[in-house]
Amino acid sequence: MIVYILCFLLFLIGLYGVVVKRNLIKIIISLAIMEYSVNLFLIMVGYISAGQAPIINEEVSRTGPFVDPLPQAMILTAIVIGLATTSLLLAIAIRLYGKYGTFDIRKINHLKG
Amino acid sequence: MNSLVPLFVIVPLGSAFLMVIFGRLIKHLSKILVTMMLLFLLYLTFYFLYNVTEPQIYEVGGHAARNGVPIAIYLVIDGFSKLLLLIISLIGFLSALYALSYTRQYTAEPKFYILFSLLIAGMNGLVISGDIFNIFVFLEISSIAAYALVAFGIEREQLEASFKYQVLGGVASLIILLSIGFIYWQTGTLNMADISAQVAGTGVFFKFVAVLLITGFGLKAAIFPFHSWLPDAHSSAPSPISAMLSGVVIKAIGIYVILRLFFNMFAINYEISMTITVLGALSMIIGSLLAIGQWDIKRMLAYSSISQIGYVILGVGIGMLVLVRGGDIKIAALAITGGLFHLINHAVFKGLLFLGAGAVEYRTGTRDMRKLGGLNEVMPVTASSSLIASLSISGVPPFNGFFSKLIIIIAAVQAKYYFLALLAVIVSIITIGYFMKLQKYTFFNKNVNFPKIREVPFSMAFSQILLAVLCLGLSLLVIPDVQKIFLKPAVDALINSTAYARVILGY
Repeated sequence: MIVYILCFLLFLIGLYGVVVKRNLIKIIISLAIMEYSVNLFLIMVGYISAGQAPIINEEVSRTGPFVDPLPQAMILTAIVIGLATTSLLLAIAIRLYGKYGTFDIRKINHLKG
Repeated sequence: MNSLVPLFVIVPLGSAFLMVIFGRLIKHLSKILVTMMLLFLLYLTFYFLYNVTEPQIYEVGGHAARNGVPIAIYLVIDGFSKLLLLIISLIGFLSALYALSYTRQYTAEPKFYILFSLLIAGMNGLVISGDIFNIFVFLEISSIAAYALVAFGIEREQLEASFKYQVLGGVASLIILLSIGFIYWQTGTLNMADISAQVAGTGVFFKFVAVLLITGFGLKAAIFPFHSWLPDAHSSAPSPISAMLSGVVIKAIGIYVILRLFFNMFAINYEISMTITVLGALSMIIGSLLAIGQWDIKRMLAYSSISQIGYVILGVGIGMLVLVRGGDIKIAALAITGGLFHLINHAVFKGLLFLGAGAVEYRTGTRDMRKLGGLNEVMPVTASSSLIASLSISGVPPFNGFFSKLIIIIAAVQAKYYFLALLAVIVSIITIGYFMKLQKYTFFNKNVNFPKIREVPFSMAFSQILLAVLCLGLSLLVIPDVQKIFLKPAVDALINSTAYARVILGY
């Protein structure tokens, strides 16, 4: 149970960073932390202690329990999506730096909100 | 018949790839391809609307269900999906038509259409997927395309709005992924029909998951406490994209999923229906109050979107409440019909208003109402179509907005929610107020600054005229026979909430 709580704590740390931090790069890092915590959670959902790798062929004995492969497939997809979002965020942050000369969101306030 | 289902994703994705490969070699390929693609999707949607009554199920990879447990990823087209597919392809087609002239101001035109096709592919995939993780994947495809499109002009405000949109959208996506993880943890399946069979007894755990899901998709749909990104993103985007974002995206990736999950996946319960109705009513009021003070045309329209989305949610929420209380099913059907009718109408008139605002910006270079004025003499098509859309959104008969609001109000009165009915009337009056402001300052008054501008190019004017005709034409949806084709299947899919799982699981 403790691992789930720690994982949720990691999620909250990421959320805290997104809400509180004023630097664009730090916000992006916080989002990445949130993403890792969710991926970690999904992996833990499918994990069985002392479970085997979910590959079925003749050589692997089929006696023991297997870990659930579906969450692994899911986080592989989620990681790829995360790569796309993070790279897009960084590209926009670099463009913003080019326009404003700063990463501080207090100085990037053209819009009223 | 069901082998046609994946075409809704394959065609836009495929044309996006063709544009990436051949876009630089052949001039105008991307423009031709995007128009043909959307015309084909429109045809396909109408084919499904007229000829197919049963829900169509396609199992990706051809893995059939074993012992009644679905294994493959399911693509499902039922009545509700068809309604959304119609809105996506219709508004998508008209926005693309408009964009043909509008994007001449950008240097990388083919890239615009690549992203546009990806946006369409993502939304189409989302509304036809019957699998909750697949919903997340398609949600991200369309969201990433939307983030990039908002920043397409790479000016200061576009970049800033896009960053804000991405951070909030990213948090929303992660909350959604987390709740998908929770659901999988508890049920061991991702198929929505299979989940709905297992969560019949709703415990505290699923209420927690429901709250997470409302937060996540509420952020995507910009419902009241989560609306702060919408005015920036929707007003900074290129105008055809604003029309898509306000008209289609927030409905497909927000409202559609909320309704699908809470009608067809979770059993409808009182707390959730009440939360949804209250959030709808709040966004309806707050959105309209914030819209009054705006001087930027597109910002005003963006705030108005929040308010009109509130109407849709209010209508459907009243339907949910009636169903939960075991009230008359006809009243529930009427309320949901009103909500979904307003969903189509809002796509049409808000699309038209954004295209009109884009036309004004295209010729004058400003969106500030205080600098504009008297444009109805120099831009007659834009002015008259924008006037029709304004009348329609304010609920003036005989335009479509009047009928959908009327149905929602009648349903609220019949369900004895008099306060909500009163709120809907008051917000409608406020709406008339700020649209009169928009019309007066932009198109009437005296033309001081821009006496010599011309009407916009043909493709832009043409799509505006078509949408204006639709504003009037959609009023026909109050006739029961017409409703039977377009709205009734969607309403039935929501009212018979357990039928969805029954058809897919096959019992």
